[in-house]
Amino acid sequence: MASIEGTILDFRLLDQLATGGTSLHKIDARAKVLVALVFILSVVSFDRYALTALFPFFLYPAVVLALGNLPAGYFVKKVALFLPFALAVGMLNPLFDREVMVRLGPFDISGGWVSCASIVVRAILTISAALLLVGVTGFPEICRALERLGVPQAFAVQLLFLYRYIFVLTEEGARSSRARELRSFGGKGLGIGSYGSLVGHLLLRTWMRADRIHMSMLARGFTGEFHALQPSRFGGKELLYLLGWSALFIVLRLRNVSLLLGSLVTGAPQ
Amino acid sequence: MHMADVLLSPAVGGTMWAASSSAIAYCSAKVRKELDERKVPLMGVLGAFLFAAQMINFSIPGTGSSGHLGGGLLLTILLGPHAAFLTIASVLIVQALFFADGGLLALGCNIFNLGFFPAFVAYPYIYKKIAGERPSQARITFAAVAAAVAGLLLGAFAVVLETVSSGITSLPFWTFVVLMQPIHLVIGIVEGFVTAAVVSFVYKARPEILQGPVETRPVAGHSLRNVLLAFLAAAVLTGGVVSWFASGDPDGLEWSIAKVTGKDELKGPEHGIHGMLAAMQEKIAFLPNYSFKIPAEAKSDGPGAEGGAKSKGEGSKLGTSLSGIVGGLITLVIVFLAGFLLKRRSRAA
Repeated sequence: MASIEGTILDFRLLDQLATGGTSLHKIDARAKVLVALVFILSVVSFDRYALTALFPFFLYPAVVLALGNLPAGYFVKKVALFLPFALAVGMLNPLFDREVMVRLGPFDISGGWVSCASIVVRAILTISAALLLVGVTGFPEICRALERLGVPQAFAVQLLFLYRYIFVLTEEGARSSRARELRSFGGKGLGIGSYGSLVGHLLLRTWMRADRIHMSMLARGFTGEFHALQPSRFGGKELLYLLGWSALFIVLRLRNVSLLLGSLVTGAPQ
Repeated sequence: MHMADVLLSPAVGGTMWAASSSAIAYCSAKVRKELDERKVPLMGVLGAFLFAAQMINFSIPGTGSSGHLGGGLLLTILLGPHAAFLTIASVLIVQALFFADGGLLALGCNIFNLGFFPAFVAYPYIYKKIAGERPSQARITFAAVAAAVAGLLLGAFAVVLETVSSGITSLPFWTFVVLMQPIHLVIGIVEGFVTAAVVSFVYKARPEILQGPVETRPVAGHSLRNVLLAFLAAAVLTGGVVSWFASGDPDGLEWSIAKVTGKDELKGPEHGIHGMLAAMQEKIAFLPNYSFKIPAEAKSDGPGAEGGAKSKGEGSKLGTSLSGIVGGLITLVIVFLAGFLLKRRSRAA
């Protein structure tokens, strides 16, 4: 994270993508949340050496990106930011798992390298599924979907509150942090002492803000739930979306489509 | 210290999901029942505060590096265990969705590792016991450091257990423990000092804020037992269900072994689609028998090195791996084209 302001801007951009009006955006959030979960479950349920069998799963992010009219470059960049981490985790595998698994001409590829590549591919798939879910649904809608899927109301309301005030408070934090940096010379004054009182003040202001929010909510007759203007419905379109994708993921999980295609071309037995 | 989707197996991820969601349900009911309704906006806003606080860095003396607050323990000191657990969980959900920290399947693990240990172990059994009713500056510092270290070490150990039992990485258990624990000991000490700095500031400025959760909180042992029981029940239940499904459908290693020995291929051609594909294959293949040669070579030099059964396995694996790679590349091209065409269509519409 380079700067706090940069992070907030990035956050806002993802938030705004969810306001798009494509047919994918209009599908009830519950269907999209469930499809994303089925997708992630199918991807992570492969054994550690699965690699080519994972490739057909790229169909889902590609279709969501296209139908949701989302900026592909933005998501590629966001996912790429996490690849060093996935690679760092995966790089340990070649060290511990040196048994040769694949021989391609003169090259011997150990099981460790295969599982390392598998970890990277999994990371790309699961991270993009989560980000695309937000990009095509929006966080408030996801919270409402969670509530209607059975998440306790107190928790769903708490999530909505959190989301509503993230922007306010991160901006306030960013301003305080910048002010402190401008007043420090040669790194002096950035230690725990000043940090403690800076964050402490932020905390006290937050606390008082919460009191004010609560009073104004009471004044407006808040009873513990947020109302949506257009309550969306889980209809035939949603059922089709959910069942269609789930069926595809299950087929792709059980049959290695890459291998089928490959053996179709090379003529090898599967 | 976020656990990532890539390291998890569905059985472990699902078990932790069930455990964490039942804890959320329990804490939600608790918060609803016994706390004043002022707490709900307070929890939300404090969660947002934690976001802001995590973004502000401080320099760590003597190292030249900088760190930031984790905040689990701080929230528990301010809100009490139940409300804090919910707040930490909601912060983790936002982080998983927007910053891809961890991931959706790993959420259950992360909520458990970063929420349960500070809220239900480190706070009631370490922080409260040391800090007492009327804490001094020194007591707050000592209590916070001890509690933060304990919480982080337990959390890191849970990460190791979850990762190793998932079996995606080849890292041996003890190597992983030795890698994780010292780092988290250091992080825990820093976290403890930062938490102490913030808590003592608040204690000086508005002591009543810190007394709130202490007085309204129920007896720690009782609440911990209930939460633990809920966790245990959910974990046993899903663990059982998941493993039942897993054994019905050959998974993971079994599945790959079946593939290597080619056992399930014997049945293959009888299926309609297999027969059809085999017939089509003879006509379509533009690299006929290319991959067949490689297994034959591998077989001929195999026995000398490793013995019959193994080389046979490797041979057929070789054939499949080549077609797998070729097919994988074709799949990626098709996916890319599909996305591209759909995009053009949706732009035109």
